[in-house]
Amino acid sequence: MFYVSVFFQYMAQYMKTKLQYRADLLVEFVSDLMSQAVNLVFLLVVFGHTSLLHGWTRDEILFIYGFFLVPYAVFGAFFNIWDFNERYIVRGEMDRVLTRPVHSLFQVILERMELESLLGGVTGMIIMVYAGARLHLSLHWYDIFLFILFVLGGALIYAGVFVALATISFWSDARTSIMPMMYNISNYGRYPIDIYHRVIRYILTWILPFAFVGVYPASYFLGKKEWYGYAFLTPIMGVIFFAIAVFLWNAGVKRYRGAGN
Amino acid sequence: MDKYMEMIRIRFLMMLAYRTNYYTGILIYAINIAAYYFLWSAIYGGKQTMQGMSMEQMTIYVAISWMARAFYFNNIDREIAMEIREGQVATELIRPYSYLGMKTMQGLGEGIFRLLFLSLPGLFLVALFLPLRFPTDVHTWMFFILSIAFSFIINSELNLLAGIVTFFTLNNEGLLRAKRFIIDLFSGLILPISFYPDWAQAVMKYFPFQGISYIPSMIVTESFRGQAIIDGLLFQFVWCVLLLIPIRLLWRAAKKQLVVQGG
Repeated sequence: MFYVSVFFQYMAQYMKTKLQYRADLLVEFVSDLMSQAVNLVFLLVVFGHTSLLHGWTRDEILFIYGFFLVPYAVFGAFFNIWDFNERYIVRGEMDRVLTRPVHSLFQVILERMELESLLGGVTGMIIMVYAGARLHLSLHWYDIFLFILFVLGGALIYAGVFVALATISFWSDARTSIMPMMYNISNYGRYPIDIYHRVIRYILTWILPFAFVGVYPASYFLGKKEWYGYAFLTPIMGVIFFAIAVFLWNAGVKRYRGAGN
Repeated sequence: MDKYMEMIRIRFLMMLAYRTNYYTGILIYAINIAAYYFLWSAIYGGKQTMQGMSMEQMTIYVAISWMARAFYFNNIDREIAMEIREGQVATELIRPYSYLGMKTMQGLGEGIFRLLFLSLPGLFLVALFLPLRFPTDVHTWMFFILSIAFSFIINSELNLLAGIVTFFTLNNEGLLRAKRFIIDLFSGLILPISFYPDWAQAVMKYFPFQGISYIPSMIVTESFRGQAIIDGLLFQFVWCVLLLIPIRLLWRAAKKQLVVQGG
């Protein structure tokens, strides 16, 4: 209960600061939309030259992309820890966080919240509805619950990987460029996994399981029976990866000695 | 001149101190290239050529454009924005060198470092797994080197412009992000310009972005030959010069209205 009330208090503060800089907020919306536009343009241009991508149609690929945007938006809203190393370790902000009686990861997440990212999820759903309508997908009443479950699973996988990467800062305080590059890798979960070499397929499934954020759960809704097994693994993988990340985080915090005096 | 050489050297050494970070960088760039290679293989799907490029050329295109990115890419726009936000720029401005020149040189030091420690080993690594057949003609490589130098200049000039805008807006995270997406899309990094619909190609002729990635990559894949190479290099050179004008004007205006936040 305490955590819930902390959450809403942070949320209220967040709203106040954001509404103070309304122009910034608008620019952020636009730049989010642009990043989605980049990927859409890529897909649309490519499908101007070919009709099938390894047996997947344009609308199926668009649907996968639309689905991917939803868990990604949830992740982006709550796990904005790209600059954890610089902000919390190098500048010593972590010391402040640790003196408070709330779990440190929870505080960091709330401090860096960026709720405006959720708009990307709306774009994703629009794309899904558009592609789904063209594909004449039929939905069951329980699909909405599976959708929520898959979205949460996908967001947790993302969160797990990036929180785990952030914990590297506890062991080495050097600047690291892994995060932005990992962001590039994470994008490959949006494409049909069977176009990749089996090593990459393995990596995207079990080591950096970004395929569970896009193509696997989306294939359930597309009725691709051969991927159903993987689709249903999504929430489980999410919980496992996030648990590992929290474990690493706790181990890292124990080891943390602070920077400077 | 000496002091600028020194800046390149210092930044290079600074990066060298953190070189362990780049071992993972090599791996991750390689994974990036490989993934795009498979994506393009699926897109080609057995077709011999698309837009005049064979799959073999596309493989080189992807590998080179990513590795070239390691060279021309820098964060001087973000650095300038940060120095303005934090007020450091005030002390930088009273020092006896050109602030923008210093930033560019730092970017160059970073670029040279990444070229040696990320691009070259990365290309070697990728060549082990992917069918990369690089051109053997010395002239191709000489044109490529010239072209990639222009890429660096154009990209840095755009970064300086975006950075200077911070003087007026004080916080322009959104603009910096938007610029990155525009460059990813229209520089030819993720998609050769020749794949775009004709009307889009016509529009892009009036923007500098294809000078960043598309032109050097097309030169090295030998998709550009003869006059096309000269035209490409000329395009880059003209933009290198043209972009100096808005930088000059904005910089002059920026210094006049500099507000240092905090004391």
